[in-house]
Amino acid sequence: MEVYLDNNSTTPMDPKIQEIYCESTKIFGNANVIYKQGIECRAALNGAYDKIYDSLNASDDDDIIFTSSTTEGNNAVIKTFLDAYLRDKENGKNHIISTVAEHASIKSPLAYCKSFGMEVTYLGTDENGLISLEELKEAITDKTALVTVLYASNETGAIQPIKEIARMCQAAGIPVHTDAAQAIGKIKVDLQDLGVNYFTWSAHKFHGPKGIGGLYVKAKSPYVTHIHGSKNVMGGKRAGSVYNNGAIAMGEAIEMANSDMSIGYIANHTKKLRDKLEAAILELEDTKSYVPKDHRLNNIVVASFRGIEGEAMLWDMNEAGIYISTGSSCSSEDLEASAVVEALGEKVEIANATVMFALSKFTTEAEIDYVIQELKRIVPRIREISMTYAKQEAFSAFIEDHH
Amino acid sequence: MARSDMISGNVWEQYSKKVQERMNNPVAMGEFTQEDASKANARLIVADFGAESCGDAVRLFWLVDETTDTIIDSKFKSFGCGTAIASSDAMAELCIGKTVDEAIKITNTEVEAFLRDDDGTPAVPPQKMHCSVMAYDVILEAASQYKGVDRDTLVNQDIVCECARVTHQEIINAIREHDIKEVEQIIDITKAGAFCKSCIRPGGHEPKDIYLVDILADVRSQMDQEALEAAANTTTSGEMSFDKMTIVQRIHAVDAVIAEYIRPMLVMDGGDMEIVDIKENLPYYDIYIRYLGACGSCASGSTGTLYAIESTLKSKVDENIRVLPI
Repeated sequence: MEVYLDNNSTTPMDPKIQEIYCESTKIFGNANVIYKQGIECRAALNGAYDKIYDSLNASDDDDIIFTSSTTEGNNAVIKTFLDAYLRDKENGKNHIISTVAEHASIKSPLAYCKSFGMEVTYLGTDENGLISLEELKEAITDKTALVTVLYASNETGAIQPIKEIARMCQAAGIPVHTDAAQAIGKIKVDLQDLGVNYFTWSAHKFHGPKGIGGLYVKAKSPYVTHIHGSKNVMGGKRAGSVYNNGAIAMGEAIEMANSDMSIGYIANHTKKLRDKLEAAILELEDTKSYVPKDHRLNNIVVASFRGIEGEAMLWDMNEAGIYISTGSSCSSEDLEASAVVEALGEKVEIANATVMFALSKFTTEAEIDYVIQELKRIVPRIREISMTYAKQEAFSAFIEDHH
Repeated sequence: MARSDMISGNVWEQYSKKVQERMNNPVAMGEFTQEDASKANARLIVADFGAESCGDAVRLFWLVDETTDTIIDSKFKSFGCGTAIASSDAMAELCIGKTVDEAIKITNTEVEAFLRDDDGTPAVPPQKMHCSVMAYDVILEAASQYKGVDRDTLVNQDIVCECARVTHQEIINAIREHDIKEVEQIIDITKAGAFCKSCIRPGGHEPKDIYLVDILADVRSQMDQEALEAAANTTTSGEMSFDKMTIVQRIHAVDAVIAEYIRPMLVMDGGDMEIVDIKENLPYYDIYIRYLGACGSCASGSTGTLYAIESTLKSKVDENIRVLPI
């Protein structure tokens, strides 16, 4: 049996979406041409936009720009404020507030902004993975240009109180962006209710195609074009031929993923499987899971198994046909441990022992049963090798540090 | 950047079959008790070593025959990633049958070589060489216990890059021999810093006592100092050409000739001179002088005396010298 449980990284395409995706490659015209193929294409893209605006409850006054990915959308938002700062360094707003839990697609453009002299405040997270609204309030100054907070963490599953953050910041006149890569399909999204100025996503996180995403810009929010070209595409806000079949498939995928039925399925069926897996993990000796369920994504378990290093765990799981991820430094090219798990108040050594199981709507009970069965075999095997489970009494100071 | 950088790497794809086999089925994994040692009529050694930043730790068990100092059996336990397990396993196996002194000589590079499928292909990707360093460290730990000595007395403290086992002196030699100016050249030439990269500069995978950037800066500043001293030395022996001299050396060189050949002549007439400035006006060197005493009012100062001064300096110092009184 093969079980894919790395669904916060990326998901397999839904077969229905795949069919639409392949079928709509036939729509090859550019939307901005006046003849038949253009008319066909405009109709198809309008259909996709109908689904996206309706499903996410965006106002027709707002912009939803097709992008290549969440990363592109995140860059476009942050660099809008970098642009404003560079045009007026003396009087411009030079400060952005973010969090330690962000993905590289936020942290990296923010580091770029800093290289030009902007200031960035990274709010910490508590042992539950949450930022403090109080700290956010204190961090705001009259120089704050933007607050950008991820909706839910890909690594811990912790969900931030974005609606409250949006209310607070808008009262202070500061625009709010949320990196919502993990939200659609797992949390019901209503953009008008949420109240953020910017909201970014990728279709491949909710069983849509790769290479397409969206950037929502609430009416009257600042926006600077970075990909210049034809003014006929995306209202001049992001030039380049539209990825027609990607956009059409994304429209279907959003409608499907954000439907009450799908969200309900994740909140009930998938959550039950997740809970079953989590309970089985916690039944094993010396294991721990992270982030309380009431503000954790319903599809994820983040766990550590004492005495087992994350990459060693991934190796054995891979041999068993189970695919998961780890915050361990040993599995990454640059040997860096997950800063996000460290932010939960755990030491680097624990970050190295942390693995994530991320389920999807396609995860079955039989798969979860298989994973539980394999964990019961693999965990003792690696612990047999592990010195932290050795019978000898004389633990070194280093090992004591682990407990 | 190049094509090979366009898609991210995957460390697993770079593990040798031997590494993978040992990850799945380690052969020297396990532990010994005091009872095991008594049965074998051997001394039990249990040594721990942990690399905190890596989250890896290893425990080595030896049964040592005290009459011959031979390790008759060796096992390990490890908290660590797959390559840490494979390296520890190979290391423990390599210890068997060796004397303690021979075991100390098992380096991480030997462990890595032992895990290769073929001689030309590394057993692990560069950043994973780090794991095998731990295998070396725990041997030292075990040996120091057995011998009852501090482990620092067993090792070459000069090692800067533990992954490639490059010493401080080897790095200094390379910098001097190849006139290295950039830290990347050290990495290319010595392989120090090519693996886990911790020793290149602060902020890497684990903190170090000394970094390649510091060594480079130190050696370069020493080399500069030596060059200056060499310059100073060659000047006194008169072998250095005027154009290679520093401004200070030029003043000294000109002054020395004035003192020896010109001043005595001027002083006889109750006069003197001093150098005001030396300007490079290539291909010429313009030496501005001021006459003192009787020379100040002497008509010959702009004709015969000036000619004598200039021709002396031309012949003794540099033929492109021009002398300009102010």
